[in-house]
Amino acid sequence: MPGKLKVKIVAGRHLPVMDRASDLTDAFVEVKFGNTTFKTDVYLKSLNPQWNSEWFKFEVDDEDLQDEPLQITVLDHDTYSANDAIGKVYIDIDPLLYSEAATVISGWFPIYDTIHGIRGEINVVVKVDLFNDLNRFRQSSCGVKFFCTTSIPKCYRAVIIHGFVEELVVNEDPEYQWIDRIRTPRASNEARQRLISLMSGELQRKIGLKVLEMRGNAVVGYLQCFDLEGESGLVVRAIGTACTLDKLSSPAAFLPACNSPSKEMKESPLVHPPSHGCRSTHNSPIHTATGSRLTQNFSVSVPTLIYTGMGSGSAGKEGGPFKALLRQQTQSALEQREFPFFTLTAFPPGFLVHVGGVVSARSVKLLDRIHNPDEPETRDAWWAEIRQEIKSHAKALGCHAVVGYSESTSICEEVCILSASGTAAVLNPRFLQDGTVEGCLEQRLEENLSTRCGFCHIPYDELNMPFPAHLTYCYNCRKQKVPDVLFTTIDLPTDATVIGKGCLIQARLCRLKKKAQAEANATAISNLLPFMEYEVHTQLMNKLKLKGMNALFGLRIQITVGENMLMGLASATGVYLAALPTPGGIQIAGKTPNDGSYEQHISHMQKKINDTIAKNKELYEINPPEISEEIIGSPIPEPRQRSRLLRSQSESSDEVTELDLSHGKKDAFVLEIDDTDAMEDVHSLLTDVPPPSGFYSCNTEIMPGINNWTSEIQMFTSVRVIRLSSLNLTNQALNKNFNDLCENLLKSLYFKLRSMIPCCLCHVNFTVSLPEDELIQVTVTAVAITFDKNQALQTTKTSVEKSLQRASTDNEELLQFPLELCSDSLPSHPFPPVKEHLESASSNSGIPAAQRATSVDYSSFADRCSSWIELIKLKAQTIRRGSIKTTVTVEKASPVGDGNFRNRSAPPCANSTVGVVKMTPLSFIPGAKITKYLGIINMFFIRETTSLREEGGVSGFLHAFIAEVFAMVRAHVAALGGNAVVSYIMKQCVFMENPNKNQAQCLINVSGDAVVFVRESDLEVVSSQQPTTNCQSSCTEGEVTT
Amino acid sequence: MTSELDIFVGNTTLIDEDVYRLWLDGYSVTDAVALRVRSGILEQTGATAAVLQSDTMDHYRTFHMLERLLHAPPKLLHQLIFQIPPSRQALLIERYYAFDEAFVWEVLGKKLSKGTKKDLDDISTKTGITLKSCRRQFDNFKRVFKVVEEMRGSLVDNIQQHFLLSDRLARDYAAIVFFANNRFETGKKKLQYLSFGDFAFCAELMIQNGTLGAVDSQMDDMDMDLDKEFLQDMKELKVLAADKDLLDLHKSLVCTALLGKLGVFSEMEANFKNLSRGLVNVAAKLTHNKDVRDLFVDLVEKFVEPCRSDHWPLSDVRFFLNQYSASVHSLDGFRHQALWDRYMGTLRGCLLRLYHD
Repeated sequence: MPGKLKVKIVAGRHLPVMDRASDLTDAFVEVKFGNTTFKTDVYLKSLNPQWNSEWFKFEVDDEDLQDEPLQITVLDHDTYSANDAIGKVYIDIDPLLYSEAATVISGWFPIYDTIHGIRGEINVVVKVDLFNDLNRFRQSSCGVKFFCTTSIPKCYRAVIIHGFVEELVVNEDPEYQWIDRIRTPRASNEARQRLISLMSGELQRKIGLKVLEMRGNAVVGYLQCFDLEGESGLVVRAIGTACTLDKLSSPAAFLPACNSPSKEMKESPLVHPPSHGCRSTHNSPIHTATGSRLTQNFSVSVPTLIYTGMGSGSAGKEGGPFKALLRQQTQSALEQREFPFFTLTAFPPGFLVHVGGVVSARSVKLLDRIHNPDEPETRDAWWAEIRQEIKSHAKALGCHAVVGYSESTSICEEVCILSASGTAAVLNPRFLQDGTVEGCLEQRLEENLSTRCGFCHIPYDELNMPFPAHLTYCYNCRKQKVPDVLFTTIDLPTDATVIGKGCLIQARLCRLKKKAQAEANATAISNLLPFMEYEVHTQLMNKLKLKGMNALFGLRIQITVGENMLMGLASATGVYLAALPTPGGIQIAGKTPNDGSYEQHISHMQKKINDTIAKNKELYEINPPEISEEIIGSPIPEPRQRSRLLRSQSESSDEVTELDLSHGKKDAFVLEIDDTDAMEDVHSLLTDVPPPSGFYSCNTEIMPGINNWTSEIQMFTSVRVIRLSSLNLTNQALNKNFNDLCENLLKSLYFKLRSMIPCCLCHVNFTVSLPEDELIQVTVTAVAITFDKNQALQTTKTSVEKSLQRASTDNEELLQFPLELCSDSLPSHPFPPVKEHLESASSNSGIPAAQRATSVDYSSFADRCSSWIELIKLKAQTIRRGSIKTTVTVEKASPVGDGNFRNRSAPPCANSTVGVVKMTPLSFIPGAKITKYLGIINMFFIRETTSLREEGGVSGFLHAFIAEVFAMVRAHVAALGGNAVVSYIMKQCVFMENPNKNQAQCLINVSGDAVVFVRESDLEVVSSQQPTTNCQSSCTEGEVTT
Repeated sequence: MTSELDIFVGNTTLIDEDVYRLWLDGYSVTDAVALRVRSGILEQTGATAAVLQSDTMDHYRTFHMLERLLHAPPKLLHQLIFQIPPSRQALLIERYYAFDEAFVWEVLGKKLSKGTKKDLDDISTKTGITLKSCRRQFDNFKRVFKVVEEMRGSLVDNIQQHFLLSDRLARDYAAIVFFANNRFETGKKKLQYLSFGDFAFCAELMIQNGTLGAVDSQMDDMDMDLDKEFLQDMKELKVLAADKDLLDLHKSLVCTALLGKLGVFSEMEANFKNLSRGLVNVAAKLTHNKDVRDLFVDLVEKFVEPCRSDHWPLSDVRFFLNQYSASVHSLDGFRHQALWDRYMGTLRGCLLRLYHD
């Protein structure tokens, strides 16, 4: 009985004419929550009714509050026949359930009808009175905050990052129920919308429960997806990272140590009793092998990481408190976790110690009907299997955790490809537990100094490398080994030293497959997958080299399955990491050396490739300074490039086979042209046109090398569908078509946004789907951000200084150093020796670079590796792909500004009109500070038409629908009192058409975080007026007071 | 490979001014693309024709969706579907309601009914403005007319309030509506030398002085209709032309005052009676609708043309009209001074504006 929901219907406007005779409408409103319905009076003959209703009050459980959406239906009263529905508004009241977010939802909402689209607007006020509930057996998880943002939200500080949470719920799809044959499309669509809304609510509540069990208070990097499995049902699943967040409340840069949240945590019990009423079983953490591995002398009395098993429904979870601070212990402790995964892509400074490489796993499944929605075990088991595999891959790379983790599916008829990918990494245990750091001061110092290049250093044992890779000494610190090429799924760490600018790199691939049924189909797909993965990888490598770069960030490989083809699309942001070796060129070799003209042709191609590389280096300003041997001090081996794809398992064989991507042990990356196919490949390499001057693009949050964003942003979605002519369906033609489609799409974007030059397309997110036999659909969402060309150089110069200042405060704010440490390390901050900067582009903490991280104990590595091989040998039912790991060369670090987007003179905002809601897929808004998170936006819409031609054909239909979706998102944000959506993502855009019947249908699922932001220029005024309010300094990127 | 679907939707709706102009001008997508290609945009941006085609289609689709809202501009401000900065909204509205001089010439003073719409084809052929554009402009006139037709208060204010137009454009629309309502004849050959601006200027003066709203701000109503009572009263002015003594006296007063000040004094002296009779008769005849329609024809015929044939400089015309109008106050036998002032106040302004080549 813990809540009272109050709703008031104020007015409507721009209603459609429902009565042809009078050209007016007699509108009234039904307000429904759960099973209770209220009605307003009928407001006669008006298109702008003023209902001004009483407060409708619903007394409900908080469980319902979380699950159910508020449903508002606007109808036209008809005396003689049934009342006609005008449209509906669904309002998710979740943001009202936690204290810091919105207190009231009030504003104009578009009235939406699945057949007619938006039909006028309605003004609604919603409030919730929550009563405190001390019932510990409760089912609700009110109060747990959700963030789509895949980094610690600005204006919060991570006290503990607990780890992975996941959940899925299944149900029958109303579209496939028998009743659908007799009900109207509208009723069917509304049933689906409502069901998904309900399932999302339930899912979120269940995830919240898990978070509470882990003693967390928030989920960061929350990603919810739905799988339309057709006949077999509807799956809504979500993953996220449980955290304990602390709101940064005072602008004081230095927090007294006694305020540290570690205190609170000390009081928290070591062992949580398993909470009741939760379906999944969570074992209470016990000291298992973890304890025995404790080799250090100091003991930590405070339980920190409560890394409870996070699987739902599936058995065999391990749990245990995590106690140690050393990496080795973290490692062992994390091994005890079922899934040491993190959906975050950006981390607090110092969190990421080493990065191993990309790990990914795929599995082909045949869908069967979900018989009992309450027992979603099959789906759970599938995902558990895949996650297990990811975990093993990470282990093989010597990593105990996976960051930048994500999951996706592709469904065609009854075949489903489940994919998971992430970046194997070694994490700093400090964040996985509370801030008790007494006694481990040294440890931290060691960890800290390698932040600039540390993440590049290999986490695996050199002697026991899981795959052949070429290692060199780090070009930055010269002490540790680094791979030759680094692939990751995360964002570029802000303290990484990058030379030049980054760019978007895409690998695109199509493979025809025969139409088949059931198992034959699944087998065919599984057989194709390894080849696709190999080729995608090769393409990425080639393109990366062609750009003269050595690392990929934000890598996202999407494999889409269709009736008669498979599509692969990999997007990533290429950069030149100063710590890694210089990539070698691409060598072309012919198979028939005696043919003179052929030779000539080859050399011509070679020249073209070399020219392209040179041109790209110039374009992206990649000019690593030459360093002489003396400075280096130690002999550096000849840089060689090689890459390997490690395949853990194939379906047919029990052997562990390895796909060697290195093309033999050659000194340079060699492309052998032995047939026309290879020729095509080389040609296609050269067809990618760089963006026009003034344009940059990347798929990560921020563009490496650009740090002077101005405030103009433009988020957009672009959709293209092409029809292939069935005559020319060869792999080659297909590849060309697909390549052209993507390239043309990009070209169009550059053209459309030309008025924003100089600008950068950030977070470019491509999604491919194959709605029908010969249709390819590509959906792109991205944001264009303008930047100031002239400021670039100045900012670079001062960035080192700035980062030092910032680092000192960051440490206090984010790392929660105890006071002693602060006083120790602070004096050294303002005037650190200049030499250090030049050498290592300044270590973030300002701690003398002389101290190095202690070597890590990898003794157990070989064991783990072999056991992992055993493990994968055992499971051979499904097709999995192994981890792709690539590794190459080195250069010196230049003091390029850290990736911080500083806006030193925030230009005046052009459109400061009330009601403007910005949308961006990024977690920040350039030139502004986010002062408040209002809650998660998670919306699902269906639109259908039976008059496609009249609505302007498929383009007109979808254009209008997407515009409407944007409008509804903005309206909800505005009603919450927000002025922007960050981390916006269009997770699904399923479009189906039947032009012969003049029909089309589209489903769209979007999410993001509603926020309040304040322009930096405005903020200064505000802060001078009321210096104690909110969190200005804490959510700043550079405005830290010194 | 054929493109089935191709869309771009921005959170802030992208408006390309050049494409908007092409759309407003009624060009088809194909023609618009061809025109854009000719503008050299491909060379400037390095884009391909396909990109241009796709871009143009997108903008056209957006404009098409916006058009419904542009029919009632306040809706554009309050709608939630397209997020458009206020300055851009103003631009969209202003451009949508802008019209071609050549087009407005053809419909000025005509009844804005459906019958006229059939003539749009002819207008299109005659002016070279696309039929689509003609239709938009015509529909704009008609829409504004319909909305403000029955409205009380200032015509310009009403238009501004309901269509959010700039002051300049709202005044032009007021003129168009006023002309349409009173059906002034503007199509005669004699009037060809006049611009829309000349007519709009006169319309404004007439709205200020010659309509119901002008006399009594209390009952501010019907800026569109000329004040019938006023027109009726103007019959009384006839005496200025009919009474020979009065006419002679008037002439002598004017001539005395202007002696030596006018370059064309002798011509004026010779023509005075004709001119004065013309102006007074125009006023006296305005009770008949037919004569109201011919107002501009009459003014040009009776005053502008005679003066022009004698090569009066504009400054002389101004001297003359001022004196002509003021001297009446010294005519003892004339009782309708206020009426005369109201009439001449408007007329003087109009004539000065109409007096050019």
